[in-house]
Formats: sequence, C-alpha cells, structure tokens
Amino acid sequence: MYVADSRGTPAAATDAARARSGRRSAIAPTVFALGTVSLITDVSSEMVTAVLPLYLVTGLGLSPLGFGLLDGVYNGFSALVRLVGGHLADRGGRHKAVAVLGYGLSALCKPLLLLASSLPMIGAVLAADRTGKGLRTAPRDALISLASAPEARGRAFGVHRAMDTAGAMLGPLTAFLILRQAAEGYDAVFTVSFCVAALGVLVLLLFVPSRIPLAGPAGRAPTAGTPSAGAPAEAAPHPSLKAALALLHVRPVRQLTLAALLLGLATVSDSFVYLLLQHRLGVPDRWFALLPLGTAAAFLLLAVPLGRLADKVGRWQVFLGGHAALLLAYVLLLTGWQSPALPFLTLALHGGFYAATDGVLMAAAAGSVPAELRSSGLALIQTGQALARFACSIAFGAAWTAWGDRTALGTAATVLTACAVGAFLLRPSNSPKEARP
Amino acid sequence: MTLRNKILVLVAALAVLAGVATASLLHAAGRADKKNQIQAGGPHVSTGTVSLASGSERRIVFRNMAWGPHRDELATVAATAPAGPRTASGVKCLRFYAAAGTGICLQAERGAVTDSYRAVVLDAGLKERAHYGLPGIPTRARVSPSGRWVAWTVFVGGDSYAGTNFSTRTAVLDTRTGRLTSSLEDFTATLDGKEHHAADTNFWGVTFAADDRHFYATMATGGHTYLVRGDLAARTVTSLHTNVECPSLSPDGTRIVYKKRVLGLPADAPWRLYALDLATMRETALAEPRSVDDQAVWQDGNTVAYALAGDYGTDLYTVPADGTGKPRRLLTAGLAPAYLG
Repeated sequence: MYVADSRGTPAAATDAARARSGRRSAIAPTVFALGTVSLITDVSSEMVTAVLPLYLVTGLGLSPLGFGLLDGVYNGFSALVRLVGGHLADRGGRHKAVAVLGYGLSALCKPLLLLASSLPMIGAVLAADRTGKGLRTAPRDALISLASAPEARGRAFGVHRAMDTAGAMLGPLTAFLILRQAAEGYDAVFTVSFCVAALGVLVLLLFVPSRIPLAGPAGRAPTAGTPSAGAPAEAAPHPSLKAALALLHVRPVRQLTLAALLLGLATVSDSFVYLLLQHRLGVPDRWFALLPLGTAAAFLLLAVPLGRLADKVGRWQVFLGGHAALLLAYVLLLTGWQSPALPFLTLALHGGFYAATDGVLMAAAAGSVPAELRSSGLALIQTGQALARFACSIAFGAAWTAWGDRTALGTAATVLTACAVGAFLLRPSNSPKEARP
Repeated sequence: MTLRNKILVLVAALAVLAGVATASLLHAAGRADKKNQIQAGGPHVSTGTVSLASGSERRIVFRNMAWGPHRDELATVAATAPAGPRTASGVKCLRFYAAAGTGICLQAERGAVTDSYRAVVLDAGLKERAHYGLPGIPTRARVSPSGRWVAWTVFVGGDSYAGTNFSTRTAVLDTRTGRLTSSLEDFTATLDGKEHHAADTNFWGVTFAADDRHFYATMATGGHTYLVRGDLAARTVTSLHTNVECPSLSPDGTRIVYKKRVLGLPADAPWRLYALDLATMRETALAEPRSVDDQAVWQDGNTVAYALAGDYGTDLYTVPADGTGKPRRLLTAGLAPAYLG
C-alpha cells in the first residue's frame, strides 16, 4: 500500500535554486505541492482499497477468493507501464504532463467502479487504476528531485513520502466515516473518492510548474561533492529509449540498480510479514487488519528524519541501514518470542525500513541520473526493485510450501544478509559520498 | 495564471466537488434509511422470544433480511409455515448457525475509528457465552450436532494498493474447554498422501460429524480446492476429493452436499450444487439450475436449504439432495438458516 511505489512529483528549477540559495531548511514549494497531490490521491485510493473487500463480499455478494491470481500479470504490466511513463516524461521534459495523465487515469477509474459489477470488470478497472499509478510514479519522483537542491534531496523525498503515507492512513478513516453515515453506501465512497482524486489532479495542474529547464546547472547542481559528479552525464543525452537503457552503462546507475535488485530479491512482501507476525509472534486475529497501520505509522514518523540523516551521512549508508532494520525484523520474527512488545518493535522496524529505503533510494538515484533522463532512470531502478520483490514473493511462497514458514524466513534472512554484503561490496570506492553539505 | 486566480479556481472546484460528494452521501444515507422502513407486502415481523433449545416445536432460526426495524436480527418461523409471521430476537448477526442449544453469531461491532467483527457463542436463550475478535469479514459458521464444537470462516483481504489478494481464515472452537484454534492452517495437512504446508493454503466451510471428533471442510491451495476430512483430536486434515467447496454433511453422515465449480460457467456464477456419496465418491448434480454460493444446510435426511440473491438481500430455497425434483422457495428475505427442535 504505502510501499515500494512512490508517487511522482514535478519540480522547477527555480525551486531548486531557491532551496539552494536560501535557508537550508526550506523545502521547495513544488515538493510541498507534489506531497499535497500525493496525500490527497492516497486518501482517495486508500478509501477504495479499504472498502473493496467488504464491497465485493457484502455489496456484490461475490466470493473474491482466487482473485489474486491476476496479481502477477498486473505486476509485470505495471513494470512495463512505469518504464513507458518514465520515457514519455523525459521526452521534451513532460514530467508534469505524464504525471497528470497518470493521476487523471486513476481518478477516472473511481466512478467506473460504480458501473463494474463482476469480478472481471472490477479487475479491469483496478488494472487501469494501477496503470495510472505506474505512469505517474517516475515523473513525479523526477520532479521532486529536480525541484530540490541535491544536498537536500533525501529530506525532500522524506517530506513527500511522509505526506503520501499520511494520506494513506486518512483514506480508510474517511471511508469508515462515510459508511457510518450511510450503511452500505459504497457508491458514496466511490463518488467521494473520485471527487478527492479530482481535487488532487487539480492541485497538480495549478500548483506544480510544468516547465523544467533541462540545460544548465539546475538539474545537476554543481555544488562540490554532489552525487552527479560521479555520473558521466556531461554529454546531455537525448532522451531516447536507447539512451534510457544506456543508463545501465553508467557505472553508478548500474551499481545502484543492481544493488536495489539484489536487496529486492530478499525483501519479503508485506502480506507475508503480517502473516508471519501472526504465525510466529501470535498476534491475535482481531489486530490483523491493523498491522499495515503500524508499518505506515512508523514510515510516516521516520521518513523525514531518515531523509535528513541520508543527506548528512550518505544515502547509500541509510539505504543499507534500512535493510539492516528489515533483517532485524526477520530475526525478531524468527525468535518467535511471544512478548507483547515484539510485534510493535517488528512493525516499527518494518516501517523504518521503508522510511530508510523508499525515498532515499530515489534521492540516491537522482544523483547518478542526468536531469534529461531523470524519469527514465528512476523508472528503471524502481522497476528493477519491484520485479525483484515480486520474484522474492513467489520464491518465498514456494519456500514456505516446501519447508514451512520458519525455514523460509530463515532462508530469506540469510539471502538478505548475503545480498546486503553484495550490495555493500558493489559500492565503488571512488564514488562520491552522497551530497555531503 | 496568477496565484490569486489559481486559488480562486481551486476554491470554485472545491465547492463543486464538495457539492457532488455531499449529494452522493445524502443519497446513500437516504437509501440506507429506507431499509429501516417496513416494505409493503413483506413478511410480518414482531418482537418476541427466540430460543435455540431443542425438544420443542420444529422451527427455522435465521437472519431476517426483510426491511424494517428488525432487519438483520435473528428471527424464527415454524418449519411447517416458513412464509408465516416471524418472531425477531433483537440479536443482530451477519452469519449464524445453531444446534442443540448452542448458537454461533458472527456480527459487526461498531468502533470509534473503524468497524470490526466478532464471533459470539450464544446459549439457548441467545445470551452471550463468549466472544472472539475476527480478522475479517464473516462468511461461514457452523455448530456440531451436539452443540460442543463451533467453527467459522472469515475473508481477510486487500492489504496492498488496489489489493486483489484475498484469503480466508477458519477457526474452530471447543465450547466445552474454551480452546480456540484460530486457524485450521495450524493443523497438519495431508494432500494426496503427502504432508502439505503452503502459505497459500486456505480453509473454509467446516461441517461437523455427529461423533464430535471429525469434520469436513474445503482446503484450497495451488489454485485447486479439496474436500478434506479433519480430526479434531489428532489435529489433522486429509484430502479426500477435489473441486469441493462449502461441504455440508448429511445428518446420517453418509453424504455431502457442496458447491462445485463447473467448467464453462461464467466466472461470476461458477458453482452448481452437487451431492457426494462418501462411500462410493460418486457425484450427483442437484436439480438447482442456478449458481449457488452458500454452504447448504440439511432440512432433514433428504432435502437441503440454501440462499440465493433476492429482491431484499437473499431468499432461501430447498431442493432434494438426490438430484430429483425441483427447487422450491422456502422463504423470502432470509439468510443463514438453522433447523431446530
């Protein structure tokens, strides 16, 4: 829900300049605007997510079992869409246009839910919704990075992710309040969700600048020791598909992608983490639905502090540290201690993992990808990570089937340790420290 | 556009969107309110005493879905006059079953920031004996013929963005000792003779045998559903047959009526009622031509009752369990019946 997918934000060079020249603490207005768009959009989408099971079961009288089988197809498709979105955004610097398209498509899906009455139709609407999400993620993150001073990108992404997660937590509450006023008022939930989403698109249209000057130092601020110093981006590549793929020849990009991929291979999906919390730590049934809230709360609280930390000590270090938190969470789950504090600690570590990795990875990536290819580059890294996580889910499910949950988790912990060591070694010694101010 | 104009546009749009949202909310609230008004031509429902005790007149206790102040309450009618006046209990349940003076009621519980669900074990006078928090939306409930064992199934779903992954959680409770097995996934499963553990394993639709030790249920894994026979003492389940959902064991323990996913039917309505002879494993299609998504209950040794969508929620129907005859409507606006007495 709140996790791997980041929502995109546009940026303006003036913002970056302002953030750089002014007080260090200033967050670019564009980042706030994009954070607001994400907050509003997440309220809208999480309203729907929260009532969807209830709507299917009690509203439509459907048995949604086995519905998840299509998830694999959606995941592959949305990876493709993300790459396409990234590429389209880079052509002519149309980050905002592609983001509007993505947000708009998701908004239009809300009223369509009112018309869909069968599982295949609802599946199609959800797929379109996800397509919108896939399209907008990379351009939005590119805009955040372009609008922020390089040395403060970690914090900018942290602010955005915190706002985004706040929306994700408010959405279910909004849906609940509507159903409290109107029992079985799913149509009202979907209509309100659409109105909220439309508001998000409007804020994006009105308050996020559309033109980002590509030339000059705005995108790649020449501050001493900035991350872009290591990227051979001086040639200002033309944003073609070929150029996007050629990014993989750029050493820091390749290393970052590989590292994200490696670590993604050992990142067990949220659903499994919550199942394991129940299986291994004996979390009572009635708390099950609240477990994602625990992760989200920790993500919300830690996103900004860890983003700032990443700006100070290095994004790469914080990114690896986040995986160490995840490893610790695995270890806690492995112990199987039935202490009342343990589930809280595990969820805190899980949320901390997202806070230390989700936006921080984008901040790190932005330093290695030239401004002209920013969306494509971010999309590439996000896609690699998402596909690796998906592969991990499949493998983890298979391991659970073959060996049981404990051994599967033990294996995941071992793989994570190995991947973390691998990722650590990947880090080139000559690469610059991330944006040391 | 100047900042001032942008803000003006935003405020104007906000007003329009808020108007649309408010209108849809009021519309839905009005519709919800209508369901609290008695509908013309609906069954007569009055407040009274509903008992789950055996030994008295044969009757049906079920969730009344007729519009009006007693909607969703447990109600009772005489088994000989199911379309007659209903006596409502004041106890609201989404799913319900009862046997030998024990009732299980799966109900919604209003909270401050979200609704939750709980399973309530009822005594013969519908007084609460115990309750348990539920991790999802109630779908099935059963009590063993002796009244000692209770089982329920809930849907757990959607923990990812636009989430489409749903699973079920089936719990078994020994009301004598109070021991709760919150998931049948804790039992040792044997699939086609081999021990099986998989994260994708789901159970639903428990039906108990009369010996207070064995039960049948649906186990799903790897995209298939299986009929499993469970042993409550050994805490095991063993697969017997494939493509069986929501089994319901006959009173004499020889047959199971279940919903079978039939090839070639639309994805939304894929099931038909079948009977399975446990001695010969022979399947017989029942005479209900519509898709049934319910766990049938046995009216007697020959007939099963089940719910189908109706004008007001669901209606109850009966059909012979041997493939003969025709479906007959038992009563309108009702769900989750239990035959008592």
